[in-house]
Amino acid sequence: MRFNDAIIGAVLVVFAIAEITYTRTFPSLHGQNYGPNLFPTVIGVGLFGCGCILIVRGLLARRVQAPQSADSFGAHWVDLRNIAKSNPARINAALVILIPLFYVLLSDQIGFITISTAAIFILLYRLGSSFFIASLLAIVTTAVLQILFAKVLLVPLPPGWLQGLVY
Amino acid sequence: MDVIFQAFGLILEPSVLGVMLLAALFGLFVGAIPGLTATMATALLVPFTFFMDPVPAIACIVTTVAMAIFAGDIPGALLRIPGTPASAAYCDEAYALTRKGKAELALGTSLVCAVIGGVMGSIVLALTAPMLAEFAIKFSSYEYFWLACLGLSCAVIVSTGSTLKGVVSLLIGLFISTIGIDITAGHPRFTFGSVEMMGGISFIPAMIGMFAISEVIRFMVSTDTQSKIVQQPIKHVFHGIGSILKQYKRNVFRGGVIGAVVGILPGAGADIAAWIAYAVSKRFSKNKEKFGTGHIEGLVDAGTANNAGLAGAWVPTIVFGIPGDSITAIVIGVLYMKGMNPGPTVFLNQPELIYAVFIAFFIANLALLPLGFLAIRLSRQILRVPRHVLIPIILMFCIVGSFAINNTVFGVSVMLAMGVLAYFMEENGFPVAPTILGIVLGTMLEDNFMSSMIKADGELMGFFSRPIAATLGIIVIVLWLVPICGALYQASIRWRKGVA
Repeated sequence: MRFNDAIIGAVLVVFAIAEITYTRTFPSLHGQNYGPNLFPTVIGVGLFGCGCILIVRGLLARRVQAPQSADSFGAHWVDLRNIAKSNPARINAALVILIPLFYVLLSDQIGFITISTAAIFILLYRLGSSFFIASLLAIVTTAVLQILFAKVLLVPLPPGWLQGLVY
Repeated sequence: MDVIFQAFGLILEPSVLGVMLLAALFGLFVGAIPGLTATMATALLVPFTFFMDPVPAIACIVTTVAMAIFAGDIPGALLRIPGTPASAAYCDEAYALTRKGKAELALGTSLVCAVIGGVMGSIVLALTAPMLAEFAIKFSSYEYFWLACLGLSCAVIVSTGSTLKGVVSLLIGLFISTIGIDITAGHPRFTFGSVEMMGGISFIPAMIGMFAISEVIRFMVSTDTQSKIVQQPIKHVFHGIGSILKQYKRNVFRGGVIGAVVGILPGAGADIAAWIAYAVSKRFSKNKEKFGTGHIEGLVDAGTANNAGLAGAWVPTIVFGIPGDSITAIVIGVLYMKGMNPGPTVFLNQPELIYAVFIAFFIANLALLPLGFLAIRLSRQILRVPRHVLIPIILMFCIVGSFAINNTVFGVSVMLAMGVLAYFMEENGFPVAPTILGIVLGTMLEDNFMSSMIKADGELMGFFSRPIAATLGIIVIVLWLVPICGALYQASIRWRKGVA
C-alpha cells in the first residue's frame, strides 16, 4: 500500500505538532537549561520540517504526473497495489494483524494452545494446504512451541481454559 | 595468552559447539529460503539466546548469520531471487552463469569467496577492535555524544533511497527511543499512564516486528507463486575454483577490504558492502562489457565483501556500542541482556568473552566450507520447501518469542505495531535501518548530551573542549553540511537554468 508523499508529510506534520504540544507539559530540570522536553522537541521540529518538504514533493509529483520512481511515490494519492487487486490478499493482510491482536486481547482467557492451533490452521488452510496437512502441522507446531517454550525455557504461556489439563 | 586459552575453553565446550551446529543448519535453511533474511533469522533466535549463557548465545548468532548470508546466494543462482538482500547485488550475474550451465561454478565460487571474506572480516575484527578499545577507554560523554551523532548520520547517508526519507526514518527511531521514563529527570514521556510503557519500548519485540512481522505481512499480501528451480546437475562444486581464485586474487582481497570497511560504518551492512564491491569491481575491470552476462569477476568481489562485512559490523558494536548494521543492532540488545554491556570496558572486565566471540567468528566461517557444500548439494530439497507452510509457523514463533522476553502480551503489541510500521515504511520507500539505529542510539545520544551539559554547566562549547571530541564534532558537522550544500548547489544550478 503506497501513499503519495504529501499524505505521509501531512501525517508527520500533524504528529509533530501534537508531539511538540504534549512535550510543553514536561517539567524542566531545576537549574538546567535542558530538560526532558529538549530531545522530543528537537525530534518534533525535525519531523515537522521533513513533513513540510514531503508535502511539497508529493504535490509536485501529482502535478507533474511523473512516472513512479523509488523516491517519490507519486501520481495517485493512495496506491493500494495488491490489496486492491485481490480479495485473498486483503483477507490475508487482515489475518496477520488480527492474529497477534487476538493473542494480546484473549490469550489469558482462551490460552496459548487453542489460539496457536487455530491460528496456524486457519493460515495454512487459507494459503492452500489441505485440511489434513493444515491440522497436522497446526497441532505439531503448537506442541513443539509448547514443549520448547513452556517446558524447556519455562515461559509461562497462558493456559486459558486448558488449565489443569496440560499444566 | 591465558585469556585466549580461557576463550578457547569457553567456545570448545561440546554444548557450545552443538549449539553452533544447530545454528548453522538453521542459518543455511533460513538464508536459502527467499523472503526470509539473515536479520529475520537473528530476530527469531533472540528469544532462545535469552535463556543461554553469553558465549553460546553470541556464537549462535554469529554462526547463523555467517551461514545465512552465504545461503542467500543459492536461490540467487538457481531461481534468480536473492535469499537475503546481501545477495541481491550479484543475483543476476549468478543466474546468468546458471543459464550458461555453470551453476556449479557460480555456487562454488560464492561459497569459497564467502569463506575467505568471512575469515578476512574476522581478522579485521580481531585486530582492530582491541586497538580501538584501548583508544576508546579515554572517551568521555562528549566523545560518546559525537560518536552517536556520527553513527546516526552514517546510517542516514548510506541508507538506500532518498536522504530525506532516511532522516524521517531516523527521527521516528529517535522518537521511539524517548518513550518511557526519562533518565535525567525521571519524568515519564509518552507513556499515557501505561506502566509497561514506562520501561520504554521493549527492544527485542520491536526488532522481531520490524524484521519478521513486516516480512510476513509482505508475503501475505503478495500473490507471487513459488518459482521453478533450474534443473542442472550440481555435483562438482569446487571444480575449477582454484584457477578462478588465482586469476582474481586481487578481487578477493579488494572485496574483503571493502566489505570489512563498509561493515564498520554504522548502519551499512553486508547488503550495501556487496553493492559497493560489485560496482567497484565493474569500474576497475578489464572486461566491463561482460558484467551482467554471467561473468564471474563481480561475483568474486561481492561474494567476498558481504561475508567480510558481517564481522566488520561487530567492530563499532563491541567497542562503542554503536551497531554496524541491523543484525548487530539486535546483538546489542542481546549483549545488554547478557550483562556484556558493549564498550571499551568489556575488554578489561571480560576479555575472555570477547576473545571467545572472535574465535566463534573464525570457527563459524571455516565451518561454512563443509556445511555450505552440504547446503548446495541439498539446495533442490531446501528450495522445494513451500513458503506458504513456513510463514504461519514463523508468525506463531514471533508471537511466542515476543511474549517470552518479558512474559507479557505487551511485547506482542509492540511487535505488531512495529511490524506494521516497518511494512508501511518499506512500501513507501523509507529505509528501516535508520529507525533501528535511532532506537538503539537514541538513549545513548540523549544520556551523553545531558550528562555533558550537567558537567559543562549548560555550555555548548563543552562539546569542543577536548581534542578528540572537537575532531569528531567537526567531522559530524561537515557530514551534515555536505548534503545540504550539495542540495543548495543543485537548486541554484536549476534556478539559473530556469532564468536563462
